[in-house]
Amino acid sequence: MNTVFFLFQQTMYFFIPLLIVALAGMFSERGGVVNIALEGTMIIGALTGILLINIAGDSMSGQGLLLLALLVAGLTGLVFSLLLGYAAINLKANQIIVGTALNLLSPAVSIFVARIFFGVQQITFSNTFRIESVPILGDIPILGPMLFQNAYLTTYIGILIFVISWVLLSRTRFGLRLRACGEHPQAADSVGINVYRMRYAGVLLSGFLGGIGGLVFVIPTSTSFNASVSGYGFLALAVLIFGQWKPGKIFFAALFFAVTKMLASAYSGIPVINQLPISNNVYKMIPYILTLIALAFASKRSQAPKAAGQPYNPGGR
Amino acid sequence: MNKKRALNFEKGLPVLASLVSIMLGLFFGFIVMLVSNPSQVLVGFKTILTGGFYGGARGFGQVLYYAAPLLMTGLSVGFAFKTGLFNIGASGQFIMGAFGAVYVGVKWTFLPEGVHWIAATLAAMLLGGLCALLPGVLKAYLNVNEVVSCIMMNYIAIYLVNQLVLKTVYDKLKNQSLPVSRSAQLPKMGLDVLFPGSSANAGIIIAIAIAVVIHIVLNKTTFGYELKACGFNAHASKYSGINIKLNIVSSMVISGVLAGLGGAILYLAETGKHIVVQDVIPAEGFSGISIALLALSNPLGIIFVAIFIAYITVGGFQLQMFNYPTQVVDMIISAIIYFSAFAMAIRILVSYIKKRRDMAKMEEGAKSK
Repeated sequence: MNTVFFLFQQTMYFFIPLLIVALAGMFSERGGVVNIALEGTMIIGALTGILLINIAGDSMSGQGLLLLALLVAGLTGLVFSLLLGYAAINLKANQIIVGTALNLLSPAVSIFVARIFFGVQQITFSNTFRIESVPILGDIPILGPMLFQNAYLTTYIGILIFVISWVLLSRTRFGLRLRACGEHPQAADSVGINVYRMRYAGVLLSGFLGGIGGLVFVIPTSTSFNASVSGYGFLALAVLIFGQWKPGKIFFAALFFAVTKMLASAYSGIPVINQLPISNNVYKMIPYILTLIALAFASKRSQAPKAAGQPYNPGGR
Repeated sequence: MNKKRALNFEKGLPVLASLVSIMLGLFFGFIVMLVSNPSQVLVGFKTILTGGFYGGARGFGQVLYYAAPLLMTGLSVGFAFKTGLFNIGASGQFIMGAFGAVYVGVKWTFLPEGVHWIAATLAAMLLGGLCALLPGVLKAYLNVNEVVSCIMMNYIAIYLVNQLVLKTVYDKLKNQSLPVSRSAQLPKMGLDVLFPGSSANAGIIIAIAIAVVIHIVLNKTTFGYELKACGFNAHASKYSGINIKLNIVSSMVISGVLAGLGGAILYLAETGKHIVVQDVIPAEGFSGISIALLALSNPLGIIFVAIFIAYITVGGFQLQMFNYPTQVVDMIISAIIYFSAFAMAIRILVSYIKKRRDMAKMEEGAKSK
């Protein structure tokens, strides 16, 4: 039974950042701006978050510091995404080009900053954020060990972000307007929606969540930050497309990928699988192969936002 | 006369726009260096600009050596862009190609000199193409977004190559692939005379020749025309009888072949490059995206952009002497790409205004008659 709990906790470390960052991409793309810079946004968010933890770690620790760091990471991502927003919305630049530039810029800035401040590329931090057991809830049988022991606050924040995002996109006026701007901006404009403002809102939300996602990825899996989030921004992009740009489907797409990823990384702890004569590298491949197969079945009808990637041209039809 | 000049102006505009973005990017780098370490900024900046010529001909030979693989991944991504596909999987195809080249280079020593390196190169192209075949087929027949499948293929390729290296050509002590045999190394083709002491080899000559071939295929053949037509408007192409599914697959495969060849060029150099067994996706594929974008996917433009990127990268290597992280160069390159996106937008605006002015003129002309 303990193995099951352990595996569940492991899954969360993969699942939550993927979920948050895929939702980040969703807000941007449903508003009509393709955000290929998710990877860069994650890195820059993780950078400032970890910097804060490194600097303030002497005077603060625990959940308060984590919340503050998440806020800083989110705000950094938000400011960073202004670079995408300004180029893509105001200047009508090619969104793929801008995103590629930002993906290149972010790790460079991150290493640069680390070298200037610390002399080395890696920024270390002390992880004081793990919750041994949540009071009361941690004592519930089965559910307690699964969800409320050895957990990170970020798991609950991630679930909260999912619920809010789902409601925001599917159940509010803002969400409807945002989606309209991604499907048919001219039609949205004709009924008085400010397309530029809505697209900015989508991109900024995307940056905020992307920055948070970067920090959420780094904290449980490492004790140092090396200007990289291991390609999770690109994986989140894949989850977003796999999830057909819809919050509910994104949830399951991220979960699917996280479970396979967990199996790949934790197989040595599972007695039966451990004894099979299969090499480590094959297990590492499995999540990606399974995702490809799942995509092959799920992609016949793509539901990409129609106007995603196209600059808004008020004179167009 | 006037019309001719206007035409030249429009043709020159992309080059001008790229030059302006390069200036702005360099200016951005200058500011970053000025802020981080003001005392060394002038000498440091001079190093970026002229470091590529450090040691004269030898330095430029190094630039060409670094440019060759980037030129190939740039061509790979650029070719796919021209046909409406975003090949973000060039990294995976590149490392698969590298494995093919190294495998043949290490194992097939029975091949005579002069044939061995060609066989290794062909193996790289084959594996690179195979690695891109799957995303192509998935896109054409099952409508799987090629961006996602290419991202997945990058990871699959890196783990597959790790496994294959471990099983076939592994050097246990150094955790990397065995050195390729002498006869599998790329010939120098006279570049060692031209750039004495540098690592420049046939790679750059092959890469430039392929760029020219791709340029001809895209612009002067029916096949290239059909591929481009699919990129512009898939529905119209289908309506006019072009087999778009076949086109998507062949375009992805060609793109993969080009990236795979890049892998061969890098790993068959005599500099002793080895495939290190680690879970890191090679950066060359992503550099290819930058290069293709900066060159607007024009094969001939990609030659110059790849050499330029290699040039400032080589210059950047020496930045550490002046207490600057070499990442300054990456920051400059990303700024250049960012500004080039602006430049394209401005270009579209300029041509739009020009068109309106011409329209107004024509209307006036019609009225006066």
